[in-house]
Amino acid sequence: MHNRRKREVKEARTLTKKKFVNYSRWGYFFIAPFFIIYLVFSLFPLITTFYDSFFENYRVGLMQVGPTFVGFANYLKIFESDILKYGLNTVILWILNFIPQITVSLLLAIWFTSYSLNLKGQQFFKTIIYMPNLIMAAAFSMLFFTLFSDGGPINLYLGNAGIIKEPIRFLARVDWTRTLICIMNFMMWFGNTTILLMSGIMGIDVSLFEAARIDGASSLKTFTKVTMPLLLPIFVYVLITSLIGGIQMFDVPQILTNGNGAPDRTSMTLVMFLNKHLASMNFGLAGAVSVLIFFVTVGFSVLVYKTLMKNYDPKRSAK
Amino acid sequence: MKKALAVLLALVLVSGASSVFAAPKASNGGKVLNIYVWNTEFQSRFKDYFEKAGLVPKGVTVNWVITANQGSAYQDKLDATLLAQDKAKADDKIDIFLVEADYALKYVNTNYSLDVIKDIGMSKADISQMFKYTKDVMTDSKGVLKGVSWQACPSGLLYRRSVAKEIFGTDDPAKVQEQLNTWDKFDAAAATLKAKGYFAVSGYDDDFRAFSDNMTAPWVDKNGKINLDPSIMKWIDQTKLYTDKGYNNKASLWSPESAAGAAGKVFSYFGPSWFIDFCLAGWTMADAKGPKAVGNGTYGDWAFCKGPQSFSWGGTWLVAAAGTDNKDLVKAIFEKLTVDKATLIQISKDTGDFTNNEAGITELAKSDYKNAFLGGQNHYGLLLDAVKSIDRSKITPYDQGMTEKLQAAFKEYFDGKVTKDKALENFYTAILEQYPNLTK
Repeated sequence: MHNRRKREVKEARTLTKKKFVNYSRWGYFFIAPFFIIYLVFSLFPLITTFYDSFFENYRVGLMQVGPTFVGFANYLKIFESDILKYGLNTVILWILNFIPQITVSLLLAIWFTSYSLNLKGQQFFKTIIYMPNLIMAAAFSMLFFTLFSDGGPINLYLGNAGIIKEPIRFLARVDWTRTLICIMNFMMWFGNTTILLMSGIMGIDVSLFEAARIDGASSLKTFTKVTMPLLLPIFVYVLITSLIGGIQMFDVPQILTNGNGAPDRTSMTLVMFLNKHLASMNFGLAGAVSVLIFFVTVGFSVLVYKTLMKNYDPKRSAK
Repeated sequence: MKKALAVLLALVLVSGASSVFAAPKASNGGKVLNIYVWNTEFQSRFKDYFEKAGLVPKGVTVNWVITANQGSAYQDKLDATLLAQDKAKADDKIDIFLVEADYALKYVNTNYSLDVIKDIGMSKADISQMFKYTKDVMTDSKGVLKGVSWQACPSGLLYRRSVAKEIFGTDDPAKVQEQLNTWDKFDAAAATLKAKGYFAVSGYDDDFRAFSDNMTAPWVDKNGKINLDPSIMKWIDQTKLYTDKGYNNKASLWSPESAAGAAGKVFSYFGPSWFIDFCLAGWTMADAKGPKAVGNGTYGDWAFCKGPQSFSWGGTWLVAAAGTDNKDLVKAIFEKLTVDKATLIQISKDTGDFTNNEAGITELAKSDYKNAFLGGQNHYGLLLDAVKSIDRSKITPYDQGMTEKLQAAFKEYFDGKVTKDKALENFYTAILEQYPNLTK
């Protein structure tokens, strides 16, 4: 009796073993490459950046200075610099490009997904609006630099058309330089944003729109009461990724102003400031700037997420 | 995820493959000659007078690594490669690198550059005809010569003959020089030119070198403190005046606008002889691919005089890098392109470049040589006088950074966007970012 019981247990065990192969191990195996690469190329440099920021460590030409531990001296130096001005520049450049970008993208996303409009040639337009994103920012910026230079095609055209007598010196003016940067960023990113928002809108149950229409809601009402509340998670995602992208903005203004952030450093963004230190391999100061940017990014992201998602009820969007 | 996996796979494949199929080390080194440089000026000299003469040994590949000069990009690239020179494979080691006076000292006083006499094996006689200052620049603190050049860079004023006739009634270099031999006279001429619809100079930085080469003290003193020389302040005030009064065309150096002025309304450019062939001649031609001859744009409508102040600008030196596996070839290149009198005279005849051979240039100055671009003028006599007064004892390794940052910062002052004090502050900010070891 006792033996039989034992045998049964044993059989049951082998059965369990055979029946339930532990697939979760394979899952770990498959996600391992990402984590290994993340650890080596992202997390490790992130931590060393914190570490580096406490050292005086730079190279001028062939002469290496440091690394010497200096405590918070690099942070003090950074706060003595015009970093607040560069931060403000970054915010201005981001907002000036994000407001038109989100407006146009929302409008396009709604048009493209609207059943009542049923636009023709959607694929064509979707491809076209995404195109500028495929050009390298540096190339795009160089193109604008040439177009809007003192003797460039835009000035030539305006001059020949008799609209202006003296060439407009676009890149010597704060307003124009900033406008050009925003136009470029807008053109590069509105297609991407449109596609993200479209995917968000397409995830909303069509019956909700139909119900709204049957109830006689206007398009504006439908937008504010149905589309927007349900689109919120994607909208917040777009906002936060764009914000992070905005804080890290440098390629377009860097090339357009030859790295100087001209005029008078009014188009110098935080990351351009960071690059200034990297040019002299100044890992200490650059590290300090990076750490500050890191905290600013985290702070803003949390703030945006908390405020916007406060009223969001996941049950309402459950299908 | 997919991407990450693909990258990982690729990495594994590459690292695996390279360890299995690693090529055997080249036993007979010197198959590749690596030359580091920032533009194509020397490349064209090398091709025309060394390669075409069949002097590159069979089986040797010349590998040009060209990195733009601006923003210290070339120096950064060169520094990084030099610092790794010891560990590099023989065929990847730098054999020759080129330097400018603006930062030559950075390399002269290090072990990265080889002794031209002892290491490369050139003789004292070889270098005897080189102009003294070209050797001074490349001589280290112990008196060892670390580099040689095929050119010397006495500079002057290049002006439009037809405009000079209109303004001064003559286009003869000697007579025009009398009208322009001081800055006061140049200012007065600028006003006259403006009245007739011409610009005295193309932009802000054209005559910068005339001032910066006449500084009374180096840019940086012994303690690492930045020195703003009175000569530089003079340039700032003059350029502000010129900009406000419309004497210049508000162009930045090397910009397309500056180049366009040569075929337009600009009366003069300041520059050395390399500036003629490598820059100005090309700018003056209406048809860039057309013949280098009178009638193509303003080609041939130019002349050379000393101008308000004598100065020198630039110059390119060849340096043999420590660790080169091509010493014999390097020596051959140095001898052919910087010593051989016949070759140097030919370069001068073909391009108008002031080559680094006193006997050769003296011969040319006395000959019936006529420069087509300069309307038949023989400019070598004039420059031969100027070259002897060149004094580059005040150069520092920081000159390129100083020049670039100063010009960029003060452009905004000239444009009226910032005050002089603010421009100065911006200059200090930018320069201390680049050279954190210096002080204000």
